[in-house]
Amino acid sequence: MSDVQLDRVDEAALSLAGPGDYIALLKPRVMSLVVFTALTGLVLAPGGIHPVIGLAALICIAVGAGASGALNMWYDADIDRVMRRTSGRPIPAGRVTEGEALAFGLTLAAFSVGVLSVLVNPVAAGLLAFTIFFYVVIYTMWLKRWTPQNIVIGGAAGAFPPVVAWASVTGGVSLESIVLFLIIFMWTPPHFWALALFKSDDYARAGVPMLPVVAGLAETRRQILIYSVLLAPIGVLPAVLGFASLAYGVAAGMLGLVFVGMAVRVYRMSDADTAMVPAKRLFAFSIFYLFMLFAMLLVERLAMLAGLAW
Amino acid sequence: MVADLERGTPPAGVEDGVRLTPEQIRRRRARSIAIGLALGALVILFWAVTIVKLGGHVADRTL
Repeated sequence: MSDVQLDRVDEAALSLAGPGDYIALLKPRVMSLVVFTALTGLVLAPGGIHPVIGLAALICIAVGAGASGALNMWYDADIDRVMRRTSGRPIPAGRVTEGEALAFGLTLAAFSVGVLSVLVNPVAAGLLAFTIFFYVVIYTMWLKRWTPQNIVIGGAAGAFPPVVAWASVTGGVSLESIVLFLIIFMWTPPHFWALALFKSDDYARAGVPMLPVVAGLAETRRQILIYSVLLAPIGVLPAVLGFASLAYGVAAGMLGLVFVGMAVRVYRMSDADTAMVPAKRLFAFSIFYLFMLFAMLLVERLAMLAGLAW
Repeated sequence: MVADLERGTPPAGVEDGVRLTPEQIRRRRARSIAIGLALGALVILFWAVTIVKLGGHVADRTL
């Protein structure tokens, strides 16, 4: 018994985690995308919001997303250890213990939801709480290891931030914020399956049922094409529904056509192709595509608010 | 054996227990500073939001 206590003392005393390790638990790259799409939702929502309250909302959404990342790394530490892409994360690398990551994630989740509720509004806070729950429980704990459709449904978690931001301004959910949701939701499968195509050995080793591992490369390429074809028209919807300009619609349409064109190239890739250049290109372009769509929406609305006429 | 035991006891003024390496002390200090900065930021955020919610004319009133 004294040995157990000694071990605990050693473990507690030996923490070498620096602030950087805790920042890594927040998945800063995912967080930057969350902040960007949330900012777009915040600016597009009608009525406007005081800049200080808007900043508070953005910080809460970013911290909530970070909490989801930390809880995801806590739960997935076992598979992160096996995958080359994730073996350097703070828990598998031994710099942060699982208990520390869990406590960190839960604390930030509770704080972000609580503060958003008090400083902004309870509807936005409720949506943020649901987003964290969806990512951690529905995606990480349940879908990810169970079904190859994991990222299709799990993608909803990544699509929520602009909806939460929109609700921070209006106190509700509307058709426009659902369109912003749908753009990210439909974008997620081709984006991640393109990655999974050239990283499938990593996922296979970890036993994660990603589509290429379970259904094969050909089926994955077919699904990428299907979702790309569905995504392209949804990208144009903001212009069709009148909350973005015709210029946005034309540009989004052209970007969507390029997206589908690249997905067709991925579809035509042979099974023998191990370099998978089309898949790597589609993965890179998918990030550019989503960034451009939201950047155009954001810049256009900011220019309108500044009184510039197109 | 008695000499061993005596050697095991720390000299007067030095506390017994876990001794941190300089690296551990440095990391702990970095963590403490990070927590301090986060708490400071939270205080500023709450202060700013309070001012915004009260409005600009909060001081203009009679008893």
